[in-house]
Amino acid sequence: MKHRSLLLKLLSALLVFGAWEIAGRIPVSFAFPTFLESMQALLAMTLDGRIFVAYAETLKPLVVGIVISAVFGISLGLWTGLSQRFDWLFSPVFIVMQAAPLAALIPLLVMAYGIGLTSKVFVVCIMAMPVIVLNTSGAVRNTPSSIKEMATSFLARDRDVILKIIIPAASPVIFSGLRLGISAGFIGAILAELKITPTGVGDIITYSRSIADYPSMYAAIFSIIALAVVFLNLLERFENFLFAGNNRGYASD
Amino acid sequence: MAMHQIEKSYDNLQVVVPPADVAQSAVSVRNVSKGYGNVEALRDLSLEFPRGQLTSLLGPSGCGKTTLLKIIAGLLKADSGDVEVNGVKVAGPGPDRAFVFQDFALLPWANVMRNVAFGLELRGIAKSEREAIAEKYIKNVGLAGFERSYPHELSGGMRQRVGLARALSVDAQVLLLDEPFSAVDEQNRRKFQEDMLELVQKEKKTFIFVTHSIEEAVYVSDQIAVLLPRPSRVSEVIRPTSFRHKDAANIRRDPEYLDIIDRIWASLRNYVE
Amino acid sequence: MSSLVIWALLWEIIGRMDLTFFIPPLSHVIVTLFDIIGTPAFLKALSETGYAFFGGVVASIVIGIPVGILIGKSRLLDEMILPWVNIFLSAPLTALVPVLMVLFGFGMTSIIITTTLFAIWIIILNTRAGVMQINRSMIEMARSFGAKPLEAFFKIYFWAALPEILGGVRIGVIRAVKGVIIGQLLISIVGFGALFELYSSNFLMTHFWAVLVVLFAMAFSISEVLAYLERRVAYYAAKR
Repeated sequence: MKHRSLLLKLLSALLVFGAWEIAGRIPVSFAFPTFLESMQALLAMTLDGRIFVAYAETLKPLVVGIVISAVFGISLGLWTGLSQRFDWLFSPVFIVMQAAPLAALIPLLVMAYGIGLTSKVFVVCIMAMPVIVLNTSGAVRNTPSSIKEMATSFLARDRDVILKIIIPAASPVIFSGLRLGISAGFIGAILAELKITPTGVGDIITYSRSIADYPSMYAAIFSIIALAVVFLNLLERFENFLFAGNNRGYASD
Repeated sequence: MAMHQIEKSYDNLQVVVPPADVAQSAVSVRNVSKGYGNVEALRDLSLEFPRGQLTSLLGPSGCGKTTLLKIIAGLLKADSGDVEVNGVKVAGPGPDRAFVFQDFALLPWANVMRNVAFGLELRGIAKSEREAIAEKYIKNVGLAGFERSYPHELSGGMRQRVGLARALSVDAQVLLLDEPFSAVDEQNRRKFQEDMLELVQKEKKTFIFVTHSIEEAVYVSDQIAVLLPRPSRVSEVIRPTSFRHKDAANIRRDPEYLDIIDRIWASLRNYVE
Repeated sequence: MSSLVIWALLWEIIGRMDLTFFIPPLSHVIVTLFDIIGTPAFLKALSETGYAFFGGVVASIVIGIPVGILIGKSRLLDEMILPWVNIFLSAPLTALVPVLMVLFGFGMTSIIITTTLFAIWIIILNTRAGVMQINRSMIEMARSFGAKPLEAFFKIYFWAALPEILGGVRIGVIRAVKGVIIGQLLISIVGFGALFELYSSNFLMTHFWAVLVVLFAMAFSISEVLAYLERRVAYYAAKR
């Protein structure tokens, strides 16, 4: 049965890439290269090392932005989750931010911080931070009251309740918030490279488009999507491995 | 450490309260009232819990029995009235009481060993020492060999044994059990009830046991307090006499056992919706 | 929500202190907001954005729900399509916008497709989850009373999965709001994208903020209204 699932996945990949190949051969548009052409371009980029240079550039704002968002987001989330006053003060801001199209702030960030790394880091942060904060504070608030009560009845001090009950109980949700934040961070990093200044992978995309080298453009896009998906998938697996018992400990599953 | 504190409170007590009272009651509830908003959960409730015995709080759902238990535990504050444990007023949770929860309240990320030792961990007892104590109680409740298992790998009955071992390992004088077997299947529940009898005999602790099962209450209790709802008050206190010292298998056939069940049902049936 | 007043006050104070050119006082922003809200440029941007937004949302609902029901019912289709849904759900879709631009031009079509791409996957996924949790007895009931497949599709599966579907639509719509703005930023000759370009190149800060305020307020209202509607059907989820 395990083979069936894998086989179907391969079959479905074959169908989609096959359709891409055929659509490229017709061609449906002058700007639609075939799958094989795109993969050739990707191979060429990999061999001459261009893609590695590009990713070194692209991942810089992404990593810096994610680290900043994680540190600030989780601390702020813990804080709002634990204190009613800070909840009252901060939660509405992040709820609005979560619903709002924050990408609209980009032109403003560019004016304020120029077109360099700072702006790009900011873009990643505004995309990634709200979901991290909201997940963290929600998880803290939703700690099952019965285990908090248990700890209190066994004489836990406030510090024990936070360190030994709330944080371990909240960590699966905090972690998945982090994963969603990274996913949004990828969107932000690429948006920044396409909108602010073309660097890294954004540069390959923009430059190839301007010289009508469509296979290279598609290859770059394919690679960044593949990278994001593979990375997020690994993260999710790691998460499941890490918190396997946590999720099954409750009755509803 | 826990023992030490309790002995100290004994000393206090001998000065304030007449010794005869102390010998009888481990826990005294005096004129306790508690409301949630407009709803009156407990009104002027008084009850004595004899030392070394098991007292059940029995009543229909919503009669405030869990509220009373949590007030005794110090998890809830009474609006008025006092609770005294060994003559000392309850102001919050204390080392003299340990709680067993209806939904077990185990830490899903911790294995059986850490769960059982958790109460001791919170008291700052060194790891090797607390694990030795926990080890002993894990064996006592029949979970030897499961020390490294996680709660999700255990059945409901086994999870509650972990909860029981955790409460026993802090060596509190008073054990508070909040419908401990209601989330456990029928066969396991019967086994638990038999084990309870043995535990009361062996441990020389005071047990306060909340349940909504009449049979369960009569089976395990030295004293049954029947509570009636809205607002909650003690309608009667029953002390079975003839079958308490019989062995576990014969209790359910004892005429007094059956009579008491009928009597309690007769007084509770009007309150069942 | 009452704390937003404090933040507004803080904004006003920082603006008045003239710390930075980029943060004008909130009161000026509000005044400007009323100035520009009736102008043809603003109304044009609003209608274009609204058009693209609704186009994208309708497309993702009309395509997403049937696809979700289909893969929820068929194990084969599920195993073939679900991996792709998951891929696109977490993929950085912004990277696809340049492709849309070269394929469909720098216009409305590309923006509508961008919006659809942002919204559709979560709708499919939630619909699938909704269909998969339908009671077996409900399906057997339909069959025993002789429902034809198409009838069962619309009379049973859709309604039985409604709470999950609405949940998916709510998240999808919030994502669509972000999608439509990202699309317009990258294809910056349409809607608010053009307006942002105009204001920022002329350093009209209060104008810029006024548009942002309108945009954020609308996005927030949409998400709150949908959350309210979802709570209205919550009874339904509990009683199945």
